[in-house]
Amino acid sequence: MTDLTTLEAETYQKPRNQWWDVWDQFKTHKGAVIGAGFFIFVLLFVFLGPFVWTLDAQYIDIRARNQGPSWTHPMGTDQLGRDMLSRLMAGGRTSVSVGLTAMLLALIVGTFVGVIAGYFRRLDGILMRLTDLFLALPILPLLLVIIMLFRDPLRASFGPEAGIFILIVFVIGITSWMPTARIVRGDVLALKEREFVLAARSIGTPPHRMVTRHILPNVLSPIMVSATLGIATAIITESALSFLGLGFPSDFPTWGRLLFDGTDWLQRNPERVIWPGLAISLTVLSVNYIGDGLRDALDPRIRGR
Amino acid sequence: MTLKHILLGTAAAFALSPAMALAERGSDGQLNIIYWQAPSTLNPYLSGGTKEVESASLVLESFARFDENGSLVPFMAEDIPTVENGGVAEDLTSITWTIREGLLWSDGTPVTAADAVFTWEYCTHPEGGCAQASYFDGVESVEAVDDSTVTVHFAAPKPFPYTAFVGSESPIIQAAQFADCLGAAAPECTDANFGPIGTGPFVVEEFRPNDVITFVANENYRNPDQPAFARVTFKGGGDAASAARSVLETGEFDYAWNLQIDPTLLLEMEANGIGTVATAFGTSVERLHLNQFNPDPALGDIRSTQEGGPHPFLTDPIVGQALSMAIDRPLLSEIGYGAGGQPTCNVLPAPELYASTANDDCLVQDIPGAIALLDEAGIVDSDGDGVREYEGTPLRVLFQTSTNAVRQDAQALIKQWWSEIGVDAELRNIDASVFFGGDPSSPDTFQKFYADIEMYTNNFAGVDPEAYMANWLCSDIPSPDTQWQGANIQRFCDPAYDALVAEMSQTAELEERGRLAREMNDMLMQSHSIIPLVHRGGVSAHANTLGGVRMSDWDSELWNAAEWYRIGE
Repeated sequence: MTDLTTLEAETYQKPRNQWWDVWDQFKTHKGAVIGAGFFIFVLLFVFLGPFVWTLDAQYIDIRARNQGPSWTHPMGTDQLGRDMLSRLMAGGRTSVSVGLTAMLLALIVGTFVGVIAGYFRRLDGILMRLTDLFLALPILPLLLVIIMLFRDPLRASFGPEAGIFILIVFVIGITSWMPTARIVRGDVLALKEREFVLAARSIGTPPHRMVTRHILPNVLSPIMVSATLGIATAIITESALSFLGLGFPSDFPTWGRLLFDGTDWLQRNPERVIWPGLAISLTVLSVNYIGDGLRDALDPRIRGR
Repeated sequence: MTLKHILLGTAAAFALSPAMALAERGSDGQLNIIYWQAPSTLNPYLSGGTKEVESASLVLESFARFDENGSLVPFMAEDIPTVENGGVAEDLTSITWTIREGLLWSDGTPVTAADAVFTWEYCTHPEGGCAQASYFDGVESVEAVDDSTVTVHFAAPKPFPYTAFVGSESPIIQAAQFADCLGAAAPECTDANFGPIGTGPFVVEEFRPNDVITFVANENYRNPDQPAFARVTFKGGGDAASAARSVLETGEFDYAWNLQIDPTLLLEMEANGIGTVATAFGTSVERLHLNQFNPDPALGDIRSTQEGGPHPFLTDPIVGQALSMAIDRPLLSEIGYGAGGQPTCNVLPAPELYASTANDDCLVQDIPGAIALLDEAGIVDSDGDGVREYEGTPLRVLFQTSTNAVRQDAQALIKQWWSEIGVDAELRNIDASVFFGGDPSSPDTFQKFYADIEMYTNNFAGVDPEAYMANWLCSDIPSPDTQWQGANIQRFCDPAYDALVAEMSQTAELEERGRLAREMNDMLMQSHSIIPLVHRGGVSAHANTLGGVRMSDWDSELWNAAEWYRIGE
């Protein structure tokens, strides 16, 4: 009896979820864990921070201009007396949101194009030439033209800030899906020839089921990696655009804009460049480490080694 | 030992140089000038840009130039013609200039009256696009009386005849060099446009468009002791902040032009003790234009034009007045311009004769007054969103300007003040080369004005405001029919104003002209379609070792470069 009970307990123990394996593997990558911790900290800082530190990022207090760090302004103030800490939070909110949303857009488009091109041979040529075409587009001139053409209609329908947000996310998304598409296509081409796909096909699995059930889970690893890299690229692109003075209104802080505004003051108040610069580089670095860890963790062949 | 000898020799040379500094041409060596916008040509008739005009002013001269007080100084002419000395006709329809005796072009040939006649033909050629054509407005003919006498005939009495051939924007070019460059051929004469022969203190040695110009001293310059410098390197490009640093911090350059950067930074750079910031006040006014036509994007191509209809609320002077009262001009001036700015309430702040004092109330910020004004006029916030409504239209404005840190700071400040009186502003900044580029196909130029309010600086050259005040004629409104050219940016139109402009062009008496100009200025101010903010001076920096700089905002800053010298160590 006793033996049987033990056996039953062992037999009916809930099967271990594979995501636990992923997590176990991820934990072993120290850089990735630190990176993930920092990224969560950044998210909390920019999204919940303003509830704790309630100074308005756009409020001008002209008497308190160009101040160094103090208890009222821990990161000092800018040349118009606006609080740098709240500006860093508000700026991060925009930069990180742009990064996440643009990445999501690029990911969806890239995966879709990659899977279709890899799986259906007839569409391969067309889609890959389309990818080449997009790769050849220079992003800055394209952005100038798009901003000129669509700024006013978007501003009219969504307001200045939301309109520009949609525009920038759209432009970054539309110009950064190509690497994902290429990687996914390559993996799909290789997977397609594997025995389990052949087996699935031989029992009559329709293409859409084939893609969602057998192909997609197996290309998840490269997709996740390019997703994390995509966040980094999107944050950097947005910063570059703001640095050039394009995009959001000048009083609307983003990390890139803070950096741009700070350059003139580099000698006098170096912290005005250091803080946003650090925020951009550390966020991007942490996201890259997360991507690195995820790649190891998601690949069943590496996992467990 | 050798090194020591060399050092001693050098020291001796330095010790000797001060004594010779003012004595001999070319004795002071090298002069380095930086303009952070690079010249693309040296022919001012083919470009209206300040950078081209000022770089060319080292080579090309005119009969007279304006000094730092706005007074005329004879350059190529013997003296300044006036009615008293008979140079200007009694009926004001002609002016006669006498060319300085023995004046030579830098190639050694004599300057004759034919050169002036040719210059007039060159700029007024019907097929040529002359950038300075306005200087020859009203000129009926230019006549060479003899080899050294030129008479300019005007179609109608010209109370201020010092336009053609006066100032650095209207120099005399050599007929022999430009003979084949008339009309449509003008831009094709690259050699002449890049290396004009002039009578100025320097001669072009090498011209690299949009980069560097090298000049050497003119061997045939009229004053045998000038210029003191043997060579000039004129570097273009970069930005205002780095140009300021190169003079005030590193000392690589001796002179930097147009330093619109935060005055706090400029003061700190000046504290290094290497250079000095120089300011000259002319007529530049940083101002807001309030669009009198409707710029609603829904109107498509007819927005900001007559067909688009009037603006929903900015045509009401009450709104403009409230916007103006909410602004703290002394603070804007202090933060953005420091010593290079003075708060002003007039679009015509100088010369003194023309400056009105009727609007000076605006120098003091009055937010409660502005709120009361709007409340009394029934412009109140009826839906509780913090923004007032004017007959149902919320007072939300799109406020644009060019990209420049100082202007963006000013925008942010003004936005905050306006939000206190219940007006919501959306800020936009546009790259300066696009904003001022004047490309009719771009929607972002200041002439198209696809916004409610815009901010920039304008001025006029010389000391007579007649042509400048004529900017606000109804007929000068930019529109698609004129390729968006026209200086009446805020689209102001008042027949009474047009009548005053016509009256001024017929009036010769100076006091009376002053009264008319002030009246026009007040009319513009009381329409509240234009809000002057800061009377800006030109801000430049020069090394402490550079002597003789007399900066003028009435003419090229380099107008007296012949007199510049090196102050001995």
